[in-house]
Amino acid sequence: MEGLLMIAAQVMSVWFTLAFTLIVLPSVFGLSLGISEFYMRILVKTLEWATIRIQKGVKKKQAMALKNSASSGIIQRDETTMEKEIAGLRRVDFELSDVFYFSKKGIEAIVEDEVTQRFSSEELVSWNLLTRTNVNFQYISLRLTVVWVLGVVVRYCLLLPLRAALAAIGIVSMIVGTTLVGKLPNSRFKDWLSELVHLTCSRILVRALSGTITYHNKENRPQKGGICVANHTSPIDVLILTNDGCYAMVGQAHGGLMGLIQRSTVKACPHVWFDRSEMKDRHLVLKRLKEHVADQNKLPILIFPEGTCINNTSVMMFKKGSFEIGGTIYPVAIKYDPQFGDAFWNSSKYDIVSYLLRIMTSWAIVCNVWYMPPMIREEGEDAVQFANRVKSAIAHRGGLTELPWDGGLKRAKVKDTFKEEQQKNYSKMIVGNGPTGNLSMGAESD
Amino acid sequence: MGSRASTLLRDEEIEEIKKETGFSHSQITRLYSRFTSLDKGENGTLREDQVNFRGFMRTLAHFRPIEDNEKSKDQNGPEPLNSRSNKLHFAFRLYDLDKDDKISRDELLQVLRMMVGVNISDEQLGSIADRTIQEADQDGDSAISFTEFVKVLEKVDVEQKMSIRFLH
Repeated sequence: MEGLLMIAAQVMSVWFTLAFTLIVLPSVFGLSLGISEFYMRILVKTLEWATIRIQKGVKKKQAMALKNSASSGIIQRDETTMEKEIAGLRRVDFELSDVFYFSKKGIEAIVEDEVTQRFSSEELVSWNLLTRTNVNFQYISLRLTVVWVLGVVVRYCLLLPLRAALAAIGIVSMIVGTTLVGKLPNSRFKDWLSELVHLTCSRILVRALSGTITYHNKENRPQKGGICVANHTSPIDVLILTNDGCYAMVGQAHGGLMGLIQRSTVKACPHVWFDRSEMKDRHLVLKRLKEHVADQNKLPILIFPEGTCINNTSVMMFKKGSFEIGGTIYPVAIKYDPQFGDAFWNSSKYDIVSYLLRIMTSWAIVCNVWYMPPMIREEGEDAVQFANRVKSAIAHRGGLTELPWDGGLKRAKVKDTFKEEQQKNYSKMIVGNGPTGNLSMGAESD
Repeated sequence: MGSRASTLLRDEEIEEIKKETGFSHSQITRLYSRFTSLDKGENGTLREDQVNFRGFMRTLAHFRPIEDNEKSKDQNGPEPLNSRSNKLHFAFRLYDLDKDDKISRDELLQVLRMMVGVNISDEQLGSIADRTIQEADQDGDSAISFTEFVKVLEKVDVEQKMSIRFLH
């Protein structure tokens, strides 16, 4: 028994020493030893090989069906409006056949809508050797299965312990480092040291996820006194961005481990954490953020205006609150490559711990980050219009579709006002618009 | 992952649904994954009305375009769910809330109220309902039977109005 403990202790120390020299030290200086690049090259080659095997193995007709199902929808929607379908050329009145229009539209929405699909993981065109994405693909060949088993072994027995160790190192050093820095008096040196600590820990944590991030247009990186705005896919987004720069976080104060991290980091660097009760007071939140932005020496704030995690195929409504603060907005577009690992956090399906486990047993997290030129609110533009303008820019840059719907629909039902609008439209059609009974509703209907 | 396996669709079930509804294999699997994504409680049924997947498919089958039946003409089998008559029957059941094979004035009023919300007064809605029943009623029972319903809609292109283009 004692002998076993000795061996375990020795293995652990070797493990940690390796991790320290190969990963932690380079992180401090922002260097890379090329290990992850090597890993990625092998990974890409393996996945390409797997794709070719699958394409050969699957019959041609089925392959076409697979391609279609991943890209197109289930139905082709009929885009005729209520006006055309019901009113048409007839006189003002109700007819029994009107029910066809409503039932058809209802069934169309039940079968396929723009929003529900955004809250589940993106479907892949070809399998990436992970069990969790094996929805449409069936058994192909023995060789492929062997490679898959090897993959499982590598991911769970080799990568997972390594990544977990790194994550632990990263979090502990973040807490310890920022607490120590927090003890210093405020000075330029303290700021510099705090930045170093934050950057180092971010880099360690990103490597804990085997993150391969490509930053584009670094000249547009957010400056002090600005607001950084990005599309939201997962809590990892924060790490992706802090890997390359320092930001002041904004968020709700949590308890537990997260709360510990929040409390220690705020001593080193002025992050903005709100209590639950303060969050409800919109004016208070706005005021504090305005004060922060007004101070040109403070780090740029990081905000995700969608308010919730979306599956990285589209950008949903940007809440106007972030755009009322004033100051310069630095939009950032983040696009993950789902082939190597799905970064989307489906919070209604997985809690944070199972989510992190899934991330750590994927192949890697690969993403592209585009820094975009700063935007400011123009004359005569209100917060909503400005928010939409920034949203379009981000969607365009990241190659994501743009949706006007609220991300809150993930959990809440659609507002009744939408239904009431349709009812109003229909009523006008069957009753008419007053004594003239005019049927031209076009200008009024939205 | 374990709970997902127990709700996966078996091949025999897919064949049964195919025969009953006329959807293709790939359409059924796609609609099944849609059904599971809507079924948030993961108990195999959709919310209040407790519609299970078979019921879901049966309802959707009514909306298949009629031309699709040309390929699989089965003269001896039961009438396909998306025939003109069955589509009309589906629409009739939308109005006939108590399922007594008659659309009464009250039922018509209830459905109308759902469609117009608060925008039309009770009196006006009542007169619309009265007029509709008057025009359709032939046997003088102040209600619309299925035959009378069909007669009223004989000139309507039901196939076009009540069909959804399902892909592949």
